[in-house]
Amino acid sequence: MAINVTRRQFFKLGGAGLATSSLAVMGFAPEPAEASIRQFKLTHAKETRNTCTYCSVGCGILIYSKGDGAKNVEQNVFHIEGDPDHPVSRGSLCPKGAGLLDFVHSDGRLAYPQVREAGSDEWKRISWDEALGRIARHMKDDRDANFVQRNAQGQTVNHWTTTGFLAASGSSNEAGYITHKVVRTLGMVAFDNQARV
Amino acid sequence: MTNHWVDIRNANLILSMGGNSAEAHPVGFRWVTEAIEHNKAELITIDPRFTRTSAVAQDRAFIRTGSDIAFLGGLISYLIETDQIQREYVLNYTDAALIVRDGYGFEEGLFSGYDEATRSYDKQSWMYEKGDDGFVRRDDSLSDPRCVYQLLRGHYARYTPDMVSSISGIPVADIQRIWKKIAAMAVPDKTMTILYALGWTQHSIGSQIIRAAAMVQLLLGNMGMPGGGVNALRGHSNIQGLTDLGLLSQLLPGYMTLANAKEQGYRAYIDKRTKQPTVAGQVSYWKNYEKFHVSLMKAWYGQAATADNDWCFDWLPKLERPLYDILDTFERMSKGELTGYFCQGFNPLASFPDRAKITRALSSLKYLVVMDPLNTETSEFWKSYGEYNDVDPSQIDTEVFRLPTCCFAEDDGSIVNSARWLQWHWAAAPPPGESRPDTRIMGELFLRLKQLYQTEGGVFPEPILNLTWDYKIPHEPKSEELAREFNGYALEDLTDAQGQVVRRAGEQLSGFGELTADGKTTAGCWIFTGCWTEAGNQMARRDNADPYGTGNTLGWAWAWPANRRVLYNRASADVQGRPWGANKAFVWWSAAQGRWIGADVPDFPPTSAPSEGQMPFIMQPEGVGHLFAGQSMVDGPFPEHYEPFESPVPQNLLHPGKPKVRNNPAARIFDEDRAALGTPEEYPHAATTYRLTEHFHYWTKHARLNAIVQPQQFVEIGEKLAEEIGVAAGDWVKVSSKRGFIKAVAVVTKRLKPMTVGDRQVHHVGIPLHWGFTGVAKKGYLVNALTPFVGDANTQTPEYKSFTVRVEKA
Repeated sequence: MAINVTRRQFFKLGGAGLATSSLAVMGFAPEPAEASIRQFKLTHAKETRNTCTYCSVGCGILIYSKGDGAKNVEQNVFHIEGDPDHPVSRGSLCPKGAGLLDFVHSDGRLAYPQVREAGSDEWKRISWDEALGRIARHMKDDRDANFVQRNAQGQTVNHWTTTGFLAASGSSNEAGYITHKVVRTLGMVAFDNQARV
Repeated sequence: MTNHWVDIRNANLILSMGGNSAEAHPVGFRWVTEAIEHNKAELITIDPRFTRTSAVAQDRAFIRTGSDIAFLGGLISYLIETDQIQREYVLNYTDAALIVRDGYGFEEGLFSGYDEATRSYDKQSWMYEKGDDGFVRRDDSLSDPRCVYQLLRGHYARYTPDMVSSISGIPVADIQRIWKKIAAMAVPDKTMTILYALGWTQHSIGSQIIRAAAMVQLLLGNMGMPGGGVNALRGHSNIQGLTDLGLLSQLLPGYMTLANAKEQGYRAYIDKRTKQPTVAGQVSYWKNYEKFHVSLMKAWYGQAATADNDWCFDWLPKLERPLYDILDTFERMSKGELTGYFCQGFNPLASFPDRAKITRALSSLKYLVVMDPLNTETSEFWKSYGEYNDVDPSQIDTEVFRLPTCCFAEDDGSIVNSARWLQWHWAAAPPPGESRPDTRIMGELFLRLKQLYQTEGGVFPEPILNLTWDYKIPHEPKSEELAREFNGYALEDLTDAQGQVVRRAGEQLSGFGELTADGKTTAGCWIFTGCWTEAGNQMARRDNADPYGTGNTLGWAWAWPANRRVLYNRASADVQGRPWGANKAFVWWSAAQGRWIGADVPDFPPTSAPSEGQMPFIMQPEGVGHLFAGQSMVDGPFPEHYEPFESPVPQNLLHPGKPKVRNNPAARIFDEDRAALGTPEEYPHAATTYRLTEHFHYWTKHARLNAIVQPQQFVEIGEKLAEEIGVAAGDWVKVSSKRGFIKAVAVVTKRLKPMTVGDRQVHHVGIPLHWGFTGVAKKGYLVNALTPFVGDANTQTPEYKSFTVRVEKA
């Protein structure tokens, strides 16, 4: 098959190409064919605006999910593509972003709280109540035992150095803000996020 | 970024150094190709490797990893000696004319004030000299031997083309050709943009490399200009946001800082950070520090924070060590000094240096809590995966909790891209199983702790019991509530100078200019004030109109500060307020309207006329850009080249025979880690880690599509090195440092060439970092088995980009 593409088309293709193996979706089919495929695929889908979770360019994405809103139906994400309105990305995604759907549905996603007991070689599923209860107990015991109100020089320091916290620069500002608010209020200082590395 | 992604299209020259945006930021890179195609721009790459960015560049050079300051220092000298600077800009908008104190000096590789015992500087002499009027002295002829310009000139006189070539391995002809192209950007109506990423930060001299770049841009008059700036392309999707929100050991939100233990009094803490102008009449915006600080404390502690108790100053932890950064923390952890540790969406076993030490440290904890959407290596650090994770679980007593969290598609909220845009996103579907958003996990954890303190009592419970927690569903704070909180609102009616009410109690604030120091306002992060106003969620705006044709879309999302898209943009106009060139018109003074107008929100008092003499760098007490760093850096007011802590070169060629200044003399290194550094004889090859375009860190090996296109771990070596060690393409090689080894398939390539550095030939080894022992890609070795446990002197960012290894056939 002879395919003529301009440099510009090729550039677009490089960005959009990885997620789809279908040549039609890659732009080689006549426009009407492409349009009909898209329409068919996205009919009845719910469109949600989001931002790519990988790098800091912040490309706009459209997430398509199925689910008719019924009480016992959950939305299921089945397609993700670039947002053509976005002033930076203008609908493009790179090879990382083109695989976002497989991140959402990865086999590596965790689904339940688990614990690995000291010395054990396996995970054990536990409830949220047990997990948070045990973690809070550990934290309070350590904080009460090791919180320093005054240091050796008699200076007020009010810090807790024996439990540390790494926050996530893949999480939202809102998660980051409440994390900071809680962590500092507890007196923690060994506190960083990926910006440190 | 001082500028933003689309603005790259306005550049006339693009210098890509310390980054590889075509592969690491491919969609952002389209604006580089846009500049090349439609603005006749030239792209120059300087990198140890021939990357995909180099592949489309018009000019390129290959630099030995870790020698960037040599190249940039030589460039500074060249610009000065050939008088190719933007003189009017340099004279008025930088500190070139300011006089430095007599005691400042630089000898034998050390700046004045060095203390060898503490590996630190007393910075008393690194200051401008003040005149009788209390303001800094200046010499507008730039000829005083104590003015910054002459000191700068003297400092870099040593960085001759021959010297730069011998340190960096770049042939003199390449150096001179590229310097000449860069110098052409000194004319007022042409700009260069500089794009960098972790290839500059991850060095023991990383902060100083970036400062050197900023100094070049000041000399060329490229800061505040469309198509100019120093642009950190950055890593994760919200790494900018978490930095802005201050989730770092020494910070508070909005680049405020925690007090250290010596700062016992509230007033002294505030006064030290309240920067008054040091040149008459300048803005010096940090003079408002107390307004930002009190508004934060009101957001957190509400009615408990009063003027009488110094707004709960003592409730914030104070620092007793210089920095509780991750290297410091894992050093302490490895000695058994930590009880517990939390990893929220962070995989330190994979991403921290000297993996053996990290395993040892984690094994000494009583409890470890991992919150993540994915099955990370850190959460399974105790589990044996043969050679990929060779541990005995029965010997590890750490209790590990693993809590499943939502990913991006499953929560609402905002993230900040590297251009400082806060963009709102919405959840598309519920998370798998029982996964929960981080906001809810933190909420529930906090409420459980609060209840324990209420029922049992305990040590210093006051901050916990008084923390503002007025969320509708207390254990499940909503993103909307949290965003409104970090924006801030009025606690009481606010009035103007005439006593007119300008903001009713309870209303959202529209900008940080409304903040007060008397407890009438809240703001959880002052630089974000304006993101959620009475007009609603500004971060969710979607107008992509570009009325001036400059690529500035002020109606799309919301940028901090104050929706400004190009920082220091007052500098895009000359002293009289006129654009430097018709094609660079961006923000200018309108005498008719009596204010600054143009394509961006002015980064300046909007009605301050040019005749008032205020200068563009409003965050600096002098109002000007700093060529002389004064107090802001720990390792020198001017960048100086020092070798990486592990280097294939046995001495600093600028200071031969002086082993104390071979490496950054102000960088911290723990004894055990110094002992774990290799010598050039044992480990002769220069190694550098990097990312591939198909992968993102250790995440995408969990995504099937990415695992298919880039399934297996490899390292890149040049043809010459392959020949020397008898390795053919596709062979397995073992790469070792003094701290550990990895095995991988060898990609033998023309993209890496040997370089001549001093008296020796240096080979580079390229080490992509994406593999591990969890995920759907083929299992691989964590590359941080190799990297050294030492960081940048200022930030402690580990030196992942320059260390040494030995490569052999496996």
